Amino acid sequence: MPKNKDIKKVLVIGSGPIIIGQAAEFDYAGTQACRALKEEGVEVVLVNSNPATIMTDKNIADKVYIEPLDIEVVKKIMLKEKPDSILPTLGGQAALNIAMELEETGFLKENNIRLIGTTSMTIKKAEDRQEFKTTMEKIGEPIAASTVVTNIEDGLAFVEKIGYPIVLRPAYTMGGSGGGIASNEEEFVEILENGLRLSRVGQVLVERCIAGWKEIEYEVMRDANGTCITICNMENIDPVGVHTGDSIVVAPTQTLSDKEHQMLRTSALKIIDELNITGGCNVQYALNPHSFEYCVIEVNPRVSRSSALASKATGYPIAKVTAKIALGYHLDEILNAVTGKTYASFEPALDYCVVKFPRLPFDKFISAKRTLTTQMKATGEVMSICTNFESALMKSLRSLEQHVDSLIHGDYSNDSDEDIIEKLHRVDDRRIFVVAEALRRGISIERINEITKIDPWFLDKILILVEAEKEMKEKGLTREVLEKAKRLEFPDNVIANLVGKTEEEVKAMRYEYGIIPAYKVVDTCAAEFEAQTPYYYSCYGSENEVAETKDKKKILVLGSGPIRIGQGIEFDFCSVHSVWAFKAQGYETIIVNNNPETVSTDFDIADKLYFEPLTAEDVEAIVNLEKPDGAVVQFGGQTAIKLTEALLKMGVNILGTSAENVDAAEDRELFDAILEECCIPRPKGTTVFTCEEALKAAHELGYPVLVRPSYVLGGQGMQIAISDEDIIEFMGIINRTVQEHPILVDKYLMGKEVEVDAVCDGEDIVIPGIMEHVERAGIHSGDSISVYPAQSISPKIKRVIEDYTRKLARSLHVIGLINIQFIVHEDEVYVIEVNPRSSRTVPYISKVTGIPIVDLAARVMTGSKIKDLGYTPGLQKESEYFAIKMPVFSFEKLRGAEITLGPEMKSTGECLGISKDYNEALYKAFLGAGVRLPKHKKMVITVKDSDKLEAVEIGRRFEALGYTIYSTKNTARVLNENGVHAKTVNKIEEPAPTLLDLILGHEIDLVIDTPSQGIDRSKDGFLIRRHAIETGVTCLTSLDTANALLTSLETSNLAELSIVDIAEIDSVEEQ
Amino acid sequence: MNAYLILEDGTVLKGKSFGAVKEVISEIVFNTSMTGYLEVLTDPSYAGQAVTMTYPLIGNYGVCKEDMESKRPCCDAMIVREVSRRASNFRNDKSLISFMEQNGIPGIEGIDTRALTRILREKGTMNGMITTNENFNLDEVLPKIREYCVTGVVKATSCTKAYKPELNEKTWNGIHPLPYRAERPYKVALMDFGAKDNIAQSLLKMGCDVTVYPQDTKAETILAENPDGIMLSNGPGDPKECVEIIEELKKLYASDVTIFAICLGHQLMALATGADTEKMRYGHRGANHPVKDTKTGKVYISTQNHGYVVKEDSLDKNVAVPAFYNVNDKTIEGLRYVGKNILTVQFHPEACAGPKDSEFLFGEFIDMMKMAQK
Repeated sequence: MPKNKDIKKVLVIGSGPIIIGQAAEFDYAGTQACRALKEEGVEVVLVNSNPATIMTDKNIADKVYIEPLDIEVVKKIMLKEKPDSILPTLGGQAALNIAMELEETGFLKENNIRLIGTTSMTIKKAEDRQEFKTTMEKIGEPIAASTVVTNIEDGLAFVEKIGYPIVLRPAYTMGGSGGGIASNEEEFVEILENGLRLSRVGQVLVERCIAGWKEIEYEVMRDANGTCITICNMENIDPVGVHTGDSIVVAPTQTLSDKEHQMLRTSALKIIDELNITGGCNVQYALNPHSFEYCVIEVNPRVSRSSALASKATGYPIAKVTAKIALGYHLDEILNAVTGKTYASFEPALDYCVVKFPRLPFDKFISAKRTLTTQMKATGEVMSICTNFESALMKSLRSLEQHVDSLIHGDYSNDSDEDIIEKLHRVDDRRIFVVAEALRRGISIERINEITKIDPWFLDKILILVEAEKEMKEKGLTREVLEKAKRLEFPDNVIANLVGKTEEEVKAMRYEYGIIPAYKVVDTCAAEFEAQTPYYYSCYGSENEVAETKDKKKILVLGSGPIRIGQGIEFDFCSVHSVWAFKAQGYETIIVNNNPETVSTDFDIADKLYFEPLTAEDVEAIVNLEKPDGAVVQFGGQTAIKLTEALLKMGVNILGTSAENVDAAEDRELFDAILEECCIPRPKGTTVFTCEEALKAAHELGYPVLVRPSYVLGGQGMQIAISDEDIIEFMGIINRTVQEHPILVDKYLMGKEVEVDAVCDGEDIVIPGIMEHVERAGIHSGDSISVYPAQSISPKIKRVIEDYTRKLARSLHVIGLINIQFIVHEDEVYVIEVNPRSSRTVPYISKVTGIPIVDLAARVMTGSKIKDLGYTPGLQKESEYFAIKMPVFSFEKLRGAEITLGPEMKSTGECLGISKDYNEALYKAFLGAGVRLPKHKKMVITVKDSDKLEAVEIGRRFEALGYTIYSTKNTARVLNENGVHAKTVNKIEEPAPTLLDLILGHEIDLVIDTPSQGIDRSKDGFLIRRHAIETGVTCLTSLDTANALLTSLETSNLAELSIVDIAEIDSVEEQ
Repeated sequence: MNAYLILEDGTVLKGKSFGAVKEVISEIVFNTSMTGYLEVLTDPSYAGQAVTMTYPLIGNYGVCKEDMESKRPCCDAMIVREVSRRASNFRNDKSLISFMEQNGIPGIEGIDTRALTRILREKGTMNGMITTNENFNLDEVLPKIREYCVTGVVKATSCTKAYKPELNEKTWNGIHPLPYRAERPYKVALMDFGAKDNIAQSLLKMGCDVTVYPQDTKAETILAENPDGIMLSNGPGDPKECVEIIEELKKLYASDVTIFAICLGHQLMALATGADTEKMRYGHRGANHPVKDTKTGKVYISTQNHGYVVKEDSLDKNVAVPAFYNVNDKTIEGLRYVGKNILTVQFHPEACAGPKDSEFLFGEFIDMMKMAQK
């Protein structure tokens, strides 16, 4: 059937801020789908609160609302825009939930708007636990013995019948939020209580534990004509029990015979047929490794993280095809873009092996529990492609950028074999390395399989890698050994270590024997048809398929790798925009990246896509083949910047700011010299290597001081120290990994933090705007609420900032982007950090000012001058809109993580509040971040002594809003003495009822708890904050944030919000 | 031990030998299925051919004997990127390596199968030789390789005596009800041109009383048994070589008995009714081929294994009309015979290896017999 002509204007709902379980994959899916809709002449209205996304660009959708994903706001947008349809399957669980609410409240019917891509009936059948169970029973598809409970008593009664262990899954949550495995009553009650609260409908599925079975996933598609196909199946290496988002996953399945595969495939197709799905769908199975027994774990009737992975793993654009199906097309009417001659109604055939590896955030959350459960914890992932499992695994390990290049990781020298066996029982992010160590020690595959339930086939592959390590150690470097090691994707540095040579010697030997990687094409069809798409992966010992192109000048763009805290989707935004900008200037663009969730790894973004690890060795092989005329490292975050030196050694011309100048910004001595030359002050500081030096520096500067390693992003390892004790602890943590660069110790100034992004052509600069942080210095810029235009600084200070920015950009000979952070302290401007590259705020500031700074940067990098690009140099005129960037955290997913904000970044994402009214913008930003107050109008305030007086005013204002305030003794006393009514509650160690009971009573809206600076050694504060987070209570750890929240609550309300189409914001210059 | 694959165009690919050590000359084809190497190895339609598996990791789950599509391997050799040294599956009896060794089938691994597939795609199916003799003389072997022709393979793979197959329950998953029926109301004669086991199994599951007949059985013999339906099986080789069978099919066509045909059976029926077949450049071999039902517009993913195809322009639309098309290259994938109870398909509704999406066609065959009984 051709396109449904009644569909003319479609609302697409995005997934909101990046949180654990809902990441960049939805930007990729949404962007692809919006482009597909526009290609069909459909007008696209987009709503997504996340300003860092590409889908919220005005060239992706016709109308762009970066507004909170709140039902009332979405209704308002629909009433204004009057779309005829709404496509809810591209924005993850967030979008699906909003669509359901719109349907259930009758709003869609009233306004004659239809759901396309899926029906509410389908969503209900797949998402509602009881409906799902009934549906599966109806078509004879097995599910684990289970029941849906809405209270603790029913749960316990059911467990009585089926026994422990038990799996709990709350309904309508994403990333398995609130789920878990319980092996006793205590655990059971804890998880169930939490799950009931998190579920939108207060339902939790309690089921028989099938932990240890194989976890298999199918990505399937169906059109309105009932044609059903499978895009890809995937096998989790970690058996059932670990969330698939945290599992190492391989595609296609490796240990299933055709009988098992077809059994599950048939089941998946039967399910999507019964659910009447039109579009993409994910079905997850548990398969008993000892029989044909299986059960359906869950069905996601939408695009998902797995579908993004399947799209990249196969080359089949699931989101695009889903969008076309939603418009009425049948699968056999949609052309396969990869071959250009076959159609979407076929199943991709892979002739390679794909491994996905999760990127877990335990480097950021040292106190968090590393155990992997059914609750997802990964912030991102990498994917790698090669011709066998071992090599794909090796490539994925080094793609993670966690200082791990092989399975040789961790120190087990003090562990006995028994210790290793004990460690095998721990299901955490380090298990694969323990498995390798166990195999190294000759512990049998059978034994390891018995403990870990990891299939022997995978264990044998790990053994092959371990044997290769041993062979290298024993035989040394021969041509044969080297060829084999490279086929297994051992990087040169690891080989060098194993054979006792230098990396250069290994490389020289490789070149001597011509051992270089070949590149193959991902073509969806295992070479059966000729592919049109330049989507490549490398492997050794093969024929190279990539033809050298010479017609255009080539630019190599280095991507930003996996999403992690501190390096998120913003850098993908920058990479993609730079690709588009270079393409528009007539260059051939080549992108290297390894993140399957992103837009940049969609094969129709750059002219060529190399899906490869971002290490010097991997990039060099590409450089040798492609011989690019230039490379850009400014847009791919620290991942790309780190490759600068290596690229220079390869003889690649770095476009934009030179490497020496990038270095100058990071090197303390060089940078100090520049500041002196420009007469720009900075907080006093020095560089150190050892703990003794750090203590000496701290004493000279006087506490508090800021301690941090250089060349890191997201303030990793950065801390404020107030005592010698702190210094000793921080230095210990930092020096746990070998530092190539010195550690910085600076005087900490508690002032106003201000940030600018600018473009410089070497001479002139464009500053789109000055952003100000709500929280005082000391909280990482990525975790602060950021306000544009800056509110509280005088025009004089703004001029100083503009002047300093220009001076610094010129002195550093910046060509392209620069990000500078300032502190305004007692009317004096200090520079605290300069990054001659793109930053986290680039997408945000470009969107709210309408100034495309990535595009400008890309143009100046290829020789254009700002004056010729239509901009008057300097600070641009302020927008009439206030735009507030609000950080969003995923603390509830990370058991045991400390939520207190500090100089080290902890947020996973951000959302935007935009309005002509400052307070309303703030309100929207909080709303977008999920702070929807008031509810019960009860709150807790417990603050450190130095904050107590400031807390009085906050208490007074909350009281005026009708809040009842609870505080511990000291805070309550200060509040009451100052005329604010506060009820005293006992501290945790005091007799019940305590503060904790109050929080667990589910009646508290908000906790304001400011911990003491330095290392907070009080267990109380930590417990209060964790419990608040885990019971879904908003918890603020900075009074500045509390003030901002108050301001927003005092003046705004949901019913009267304005909405802003940011596609209509043009840069002031253009007007 | 090193092994070499020599193609008739002179291309030489070096790999390692596995399975039986034996020199073979064969027709080199490729199959894109990602699972089901055992079914491929034992599919009689591959007689006279050496199969390149495009999926690089082969042998992962070993050999599960009940998955064999005939009693023994039928293809001449297997060409793979990497054969698994460890087999992992709860049903696994032995590794693929020892299975091939025991059955005298040579294998070559370490071949860049993607590069080989690209050659076959561009130049068409070619003959080739697999040898472990390092001192081969290209000038001597190439004429021999070029000379090779797949012939006599239907006879070689068909049974020699009629027999009644039995239902195999070993691959039943224990979850869904086994569609086994005690009574067998439909008497089906299955012509074995090199039939895959699952054709008989599918018929048995649907309640057919099946008798398998050798390829040289006369039409009269079959018709004398008064079957409700006749099933023409798949099989290897060039259909035009089966001159005698085609003559018998003409009689079956005239008899008005319900007929369902798969693959070679489909081609032979077309030839018997005046249409023509031709060799394709590199054929369809895999488990992901989309076929479109001309009646409903619905697309099914099918298993395919054919190097020949019925020429559309040779069809007399008064005799037969296309029932299925291949979505990719628009070739004919099935025919309905006008005024007859005959349905023939080019693909494999019996799957194994591959999707069961078109399994319902066996049901359609039953319905056709049921209608004819009334």
